[in-house]
Order: sequence, then C-alpha cells, then structure tokens
Amino acid sequence: MTDATIILEDSRDAGFGDYFALLKPRVMSLVVFTAFAGLIVAPGGIHPFLGFFAILCIAIGGGASGALNMWYDSDIDMVMKRTKSRPIPAGKVSREEALGIGLTLSGFAVVMLWLATNWVAAALLAFTIFFYAVVYTMWLKRATPQNIVIGGASGALPPMIGWAAVTGDITLSSVLMFMLIFMWTPPHFWSLALFMNADYDKAKVPMLTVTHGKRATRNHILIYTLLLAGFAAAMFATPLAGWAYLVVAVVMNALFVKGAITLWRRDETQAEADNYKAERAFFKLSLAYTFLHFMALMADKALFAYGVGGPF
Amino acid sequence: MAITKLHDIHDRRRSRNVGLGLALGVFVLLLLSLTVVKVTVLDPARAAAAREAQQ
Repeated sequence: MTDATIILEDSRDAGFGDYFALLKPRVMSLVVFTAFAGLIVAPGGIHPFLGFFAILCIAIGGGASGALNMWYDSDIDMVMKRTKSRPIPAGKVSREEALGIGLTLSGFAVVMLWLATNWVAAALLAFTIFFYAVVYTMWLKRATPQNIVIGGASGALPPMIGWAAVTGDITLSSVLMFMLIFMWTPPHFWSLALFMNADYDKAKVPMLTVTHGKRATRNHILIYTLLLAGFAAAMFATPLAGWAYLVVAVVMNALFVKGAITLWRRDETQAEADNYKAERAFFKLSLAYTFLHFMALMADKALFAYGVGGPF
Repeated sequence: MAITKLHDIHDRRRSRNVGLGLALGVFVLLLLSLTVVKVTVLDPARAAAAREAQQ
C-alpha cells in the first residue's frame, strides 16, 4: 500500500449521515405517516408513549428494509442517475456494513415492537421487511414488470401495523387501508416511469414502460386507477369513513380518474411535445391522493369524538 | 507526536462517534421510559387499585 492509496481510502470514510441515508429517510416519512394514521383511526386507544414507540419501531423496520434493499441492489444503484449518490455506490459505506445494519435493525425493530405492543403488529412488521427485502428486491424487481404491483404490498402494510399495534387484530377496515395504498402504488410509480424510464432501461430493470411500452403502461394506469376508486369507495362500508372522507374521496377520485383518462388518451408524440406535462401533474396528484385520504380518515375520527357526523 | 492538523476524515469520524453515542443514549432512555410505562400506567393490578380508590 502506498501513501496515495491511504488517501483514497480515507476519502471513503463514512459520516453518521451516510449510515442514516441507508434507511431511505424519504420513504420512511411515508411509512411513518400511514402507520400513524392507522394507529389514530383504530378503535380504542393506546398509551401515547407506546404509540410513539410503535411508530418508531415501524419507521426503523421500514428503514432496515431500505438498507437491505441498498445492499442487494447496489449494482443497479451504480448505474441509475437517481441512485448513483447513495452511500454504497458513492463508496461511503460497504455492502457488508449495509447488510449488517439492515439485519440488526430489522431484528431490533420487530422484537421491540412485540415487547411494546403485541405479536400481531410485530409479525406484520417482520412480514413487511421480508416482503420488501426478499420478495420484492430479490425475487420480483429484476424478474417481472409486475414488480411494483406485488412489491407495493410492503409499502401498503404500515397502516395495518399501526392499527394492529392498538387493537392486536386485522379487520376489514385495516385491510381496506392496505388496499388503498396497494392499488395506488402502480399508477403512482408508472406515471413516474413514463417520464423517467431512461434510468430503468439502463439498469435493465423490467419496468412496464420498458417491457411492454408506454401505450400498455397508460392502459394499466387507467385500469388500476378505476380499481383504486372502487376500493376508496368500499371504505364507506367501514365505521371509519365520515363526512371528511366523503368530501376527499369524491373530489380526489374524480380528479385521479380524470387524470388517468387524460394519460390514456395521450400518445408519446403529444407527451414529448409538452415534456410530459400531464404525466408530471398526475404524479404530483398521486402524492396528494394518499396524503389527503389518510388525513380525512384521521379528521373523521376527531369529528366523531366531538359528536360531529358519524359513520355512514 | 500529537496530530495537529485535522483532516475531513476526522470530522466524519467525529460525526459517526457522536451520532452513535446519541443513538445509544436515546435507546437507553426509550427502554427506561417503556419500562416505566409498562410497570406503572399499564400494570393491571395498579389500575384495579386506582379504580377501587376512586370508588
């Protein structure tokens, strides 16, 4: 080893922020929000500290699965522009370190959630981590364009975990919250892929836009958006939906279906002419869609508590 | 001989050490709080005794 190699190795030393970045903090924020919503709308109550602790465990579990994903997918991350600066491709953290952190935090989060709440919530968290790290990352992502449809289940589980942390069970209400995110994931990611697919192409990830073309992707977006509207309406069969949810569901689903029809009617010539304006707008709308639906469920819970309105 | 000139690597190592130290400290506090909540507020025997006292 020469002096020069020592300097090169030094420049790869990681700071604390690099390890934190392994946990995908942005994805974690969605996990925290939906888990919190599940916890709030669940019947009964939970001690505020235990509620906070449960959310923390769910966030750490979600982060751990992100670290395992980065460990396994580091070869893909090196190729894609969007992921090139992640800690492993940037050379800040080694793959072995990411694997160690992912496994340790996974075990920690599941055991602590079990101790703080109940085994149902802990089992659901363990299943979420397994589904994201193994089923999605290792089995589906490189194998099928349906990767994000099935893999989306892991992102949809946090509200069910939040619910189970309070009640210790799985009910129609919590399953419908799961379905709301599960059916939302494909239109959300495919609309992004419509204007970002050069990256996936380069990394040889079989996104629908790459394997079946953008015409088929637009068709799929419309179908899933219509199915999503059906599941959003099914929420009225549960005691969770009140006036706030009614307003949000009607407005947001009307806008979302309208957006999906607009995308379905467009072709690539039109999209390229205005730099995918409608596709970008639909993607932004999809972000507001889940946020507002879960906010509405929480608002209804608060309204019911004050005797305003009631389940339909 | 003492190192007098600090390199960027020292900053990164410091951030790692401080971050890990804080994380461990928070973990200890969380476990302590969890224990306190479990054995006091959520203890069924204590809750029953409190109910009896109220009656």
